[in-house]
Amino acid sequence: MQENAIELKHITKRFGNVVANNNVSLCVRKGEILSLLGENGSGKTTLMNMISGIYYPDEGHIFIDGKEVVISSPKDSFKYGIGMVHQHFKLVDLFTATENIVLGLKEKGRFDIKIAKGDVKAISEKYGFALDPDKKIYEMSVSEKQTVEIIKVLYRGAEILILDEPTAVLTPQETQKLFKVLRRMKEDGKAIIIITHKLHEVMSISDRVAVLRKGECIGVVNTAETNASTLTEMMVGKKIELNIERSDVVNPADRLVVENINYFDKEGVKILDNISFTARSGEILGIAGIAGSGQRELLESVAGLITVASGKITYHDPVTGAEEDLCSKNPVQIRDLGVRLSFVPEDRLGMGLVANMDIVDNMMLRSYNDGKTVFVERKEPKNLAERIIEQLEVVTPNAQTPVRQLSGGNVQKVLVGREIASSPTVLMAAYPVRGLDINSSYLIYNLLTKQKDSGVAVVFVGEDLDVLLELCDRIMVIAGGRISGIVDARTATKEEVGFLMTKTDGGLANE
Amino acid sequence: MLEKIIAFICAAIVQGIPLLYGATGEIITEKSGNLNLGIPGIMYVGGISGIIGGYFYEKSTAEPNVVLCILIPLLACIIGSVLMSLIYSFLTITLHANQNVTGLALTTFGMGIGNFFGGSLLSFFGESGSISLLTTGTYYATPLGFSIGKIEISFGFMAYLAVIIALATSFVLNRTRVGLHLRAVGENPATADAAGINVTLYKYLATCIGGAIAGMGGLYFVMDYTTGAWTNNGFGDRGWLAVAIVIFALWKPKSAIWCSFVFGGLYIVCVYIPGLSSATKELINMLPYIVTILVLIITSARKKREHQPPASLGLPYFREER
Amino acid sequence: MSDLKTKKHEPVIHITKRADLVWYKAWIIRAVAVLAALIVSAVVIMLLTKENPIQIYASMIEGNFGTERRIWVMLKELAILLCVSLAVTPAFKMRFWNIGAEGQVLVGALGSAACMFYLGDSLPLPAMLILMFIVSVICGIIWGIIPAFFKAIWNTNETLFTLMMNYVAMQLISFFIMVWVPNGSSVMGVINPQTKSGWLPEVFGQKYLLSILFVAVTTIILFIYLKESKQGYEITVVGESENTARYVGINVKKVIIRTMAISGGICGMAGFLLVSGINHTVSANLAGGVGFTAIMVSWLAKFNPIVMVLTSFIIVFLQIGAGEIATSFRLNQSIADIVTGIILFFIIGCEFFVRYKINFRTKEKEEKNA
Repeated sequence: MQENAIELKHITKRFGNVVANNNVSLCVRKGEILSLLGENGSGKTTLMNMISGIYYPDEGHIFIDGKEVVISSPKDSFKYGIGMVHQHFKLVDLFTATENIVLGLKEKGRFDIKIAKGDVKAISEKYGFALDPDKKIYEMSVSEKQTVEIIKVLYRGAEILILDEPTAVLTPQETQKLFKVLRRMKEDGKAIIIITHKLHEVMSISDRVAVLRKGECIGVVNTAETNASTLTEMMVGKKIELNIERSDVVNPADRLVVENINYFDKEGVKILDNISFTARSGEILGIAGIAGSGQRELLESVAGLITVASGKITYHDPVTGAEEDLCSKNPVQIRDLGVRLSFVPEDRLGMGLVANMDIVDNMMLRSYNDGKTVFVERKEPKNLAERIIEQLEVVTPNAQTPVRQLSGGNVQKVLVGREIASSPTVLMAAYPVRGLDINSSYLIYNLLTKQKDSGVAVVFVGEDLDVLLELCDRIMVIAGGRISGIVDARTATKEEVGFLMTKTDGGLANE
Repeated sequence: MLEKIIAFICAAIVQGIPLLYGATGEIITEKSGNLNLGIPGIMYVGGISGIIGGYFYEKSTAEPNVVLCILIPLLACIIGSVLMSLIYSFLTITLHANQNVTGLALTTFGMGIGNFFGGSLLSFFGESGSISLLTTGTYYATPLGFSIGKIEISFGFMAYLAVIIALATSFVLNRTRVGLHLRAVGENPATADAAGINVTLYKYLATCIGGAIAGMGGLYFVMDYTTGAWTNNGFGDRGWLAVAIVIFALWKPKSAIWCSFVFGGLYIVCVYIPGLSSATKELINMLPYIVTILVLIITSARKKREHQPPASLGLPYFREER
Repeated sequence: MSDLKTKKHEPVIHITKRADLVWYKAWIIRAVAVLAALIVSAVVIMLLTKENPIQIYASMIEGNFGTERRIWVMLKELAILLCVSLAVTPAFKMRFWNIGAEGQVLVGALGSAACMFYLGDSLPLPAMLILMFIVSVICGIIWGIIPAFFKAIWNTNETLFTLMMNYVAMQLISFFIMVWVPNGSSVMGVINPQTKSGWLPEVFGQKYLLSILFVAVTTIILFIYLKESKQGYEITVVGESENTARYVGINVKKVIIRTMAISGGICGMAGFLLVSGINHTVSANLAGGVGFTAIMVSWLAKFNPIVMVLTSFIIVFLQIGAGEIATSFRLNQSIADIVTGIILFFIIGCEFFVRYKINFRTKEKEEKNA
């Protein structure tokens, strides 16, 4: 057996009362690729941040090449030959690849970019990267930027590489290229840790898999001796009963029909890939998926915040039965059509509310333009604010308090309260319970169920599978911008949904 | 005719030198992400500090020494300018104050200092009249000439120094590690910070060195151009022209050299064109600003990344807010 | 192993953003800053004049309130500074750095002066004044909209753009003075000295009263506009978060251009007041840097028009007071700029302590963290 490049023993990290990592032990050998698998919030990133010196463990020991070390800053981590490639690239857009690679190094002697360029070329050739050292970052594709980040780490002499979800931003072809490079590094004796959600990638690239769940290491298995369904089970765990009251669906009618929409981001990456679904009245449609699989863009395209490249979004009016096309309309135009569409965005204080305005002023964000005078009408919003404060038990000194002073749960109550108050026919909510305590979460679940009972088509984007399975009627699973399956929430199992979430190799699953 | 043209070019260069100092200083500062609108004020302070230094030295000795006559005002100018830059740096970098407001306040303050001491220095010592440091001024203005063919060129030493500083700045910015790091700080301080670069230190140093260089523009003006005499508001709005040149030169010190001479030329071209009405002269004086605006519009429309201001220009950097 | 566990990475001084500060505490911090600035300015003046500080303050008060005429002059200065401060406020609230107020005032002034020069007394006074007012406001609007337009379509840097526009405006005035004044003098005398055509009339025997009333009304209107109107609400949303504006469906480009039109328009009006109500002439330094000072006044008042009355008073008081000191102690008038600079530095700096909290690492905190 090869020797261990890095070994973690009994690592524990707490943030306040939250235990992010509990007694985690694992090791990576030289010339090996280890996959770190786990749901969002299972503690993978925290664990890796402790290796790269961003956090410091509360308990436990780290060994490099068999010797115990203290890693208290990113600098220490460099020193021990650890290099992390983050999901969000830290590059200066205006600089060339080489300039970014040498940035921050304090070597002795004359600075010569030509020598550096030669070194970069040598590394590229050694591992088979295709990179022009003179190309500016802003001219690069996402995959090229990632290459720069990896070379940056290698240039600094890393022997242990950590890649945080490197394939999330890549096309399948680019992923194959990356894997080829990773295999070469492995042959070169480097130890590689790769964080990923995609099971087929785990199976194809890694030698061993470590599975984290709720901050604990569930197990480390040899890839050759396991399969996708075992891994899924380890990842999602046993189903937990939450006792969310779920009513039956009464008289469902099509309310929102989305057909074949596609969307590309600024950099030309395909974010939404041929998405089609129907949201029905009196039903909660759950959307499950690894964070960043296109959920946000999907809701924003329906709400009129972004324009899809192609496809159709049709709204069926419950009263008149008229069909309205929502594509390429902005939120105001959608409202003017008489479409009562409410949207609780993921970014509460950056989008749904204005942090520096008080509760009353935030109440009228959507409705300030109502009324015929040039003045805003604050009476109705004030009443609404007070109603919401009372009914949803918002903890605040008064309705004139800026929302930035409220706690997360109360901010969310204000936002959800406002969106529900406009008596919507479609209600979309993105991660509405993220960061909320148990009581606030249940309050939100009940509010959503109440909306459903009154005939609203509710779309709920969530991350906790237990919640999705108990709250929703149907669950649509998105993986990599595509629908990987739509299941009945009453009969589906957690493993089934978990498997669909990680299924990115194309095609609808018919299980 | 040729003689006239050469005379014009020389005059344009003389006019351009203070602008070049100011522009080079502002480029260094802006490269660190600090938009220092206090540069016009700093140039006033640079000028008056030099005057004060020279005044005391001339007063203290009967036989002024050439070297000291040059060094003392230069040192005083740098000290004054750096102190001004420190005010700006402390407020904007350490206290995260708004750069525009701080810069404008600094300009008000600096011009106040310049005019106040320029107007009152002599009266403190019971003298009257206006300041005139003829000895020092003459040393500064001593022409160092050379000739290319039949054309004789001669300027005071500070004119050559301005060009050398601009070229050196260009070299440091583009060819050295320090320059690379400084540009990274101005483009993306969070990335620079993550790469282990001391963002605060770079911002302080760039602002202070930039301020010192800009201040030397004021010194050149009072010592060489006016041969040691101070007139209140004599420096005029040249400080703002220097800020304009930074845009016009697209943040490149080498381009700032010829841009300064062009702007210097535009500043005085009306004197050299015969038969202009005084109204037309005023319109010609408008040109530098109009041209700068056009450059600003064109570069923003073309969106060529290399021609944009440093990406973090005007924004404070606070690590916790990442 | 225990030494590993207790290793701390928190520096001794740790700066955090304040969740919020009770409003009166914030104002206490600011008041302390003003006080400190006054002390420092007094020390500076003391060093220069060797007078005792009480004498200095007395002299400042004398300069502002000594005679009825002085009070009116002070109020006039206050009105103009306030007016321009009001003008830049809507744009700042939207995070549009309009440092071109100076130029917008100047073109406004130019508009009024042009009416007076070309029309002479051919129109009855009320018609003349209304025409001048409209022309000035339109000139200001044009000067304001140009940078806003390019900001909206190409995101052109507005700080540098508006700065350059100031000097274009100054040269434009110099140009017209050259055209208007026959003998090649660069100074424009009082326009229509005999007919007083285009002069704002005296009210209750007070020359400046009407101008002051203009500004007072504008203050109230702008306060209501920003706080109670739909457009004011849109400005706040765009300034706070463009993402939210998108979420609500506000047309950000339209708001930018419209708001700069308002900014420019009020500046144009200030130009009208300067020409018609106060100076009856025009020059390139007519505005005297008020556009820059106004930025600081507006910023210090946290963009609240009513508070701006106070902040502009502080600045005007200091400037006039320092001017008075200069006169009585035979110093150069520029002392006013120095004093203004000092007080601005203090107020600018104190905002840090309003926004951030400085935590010193203490023993008990360490225990809590461990």
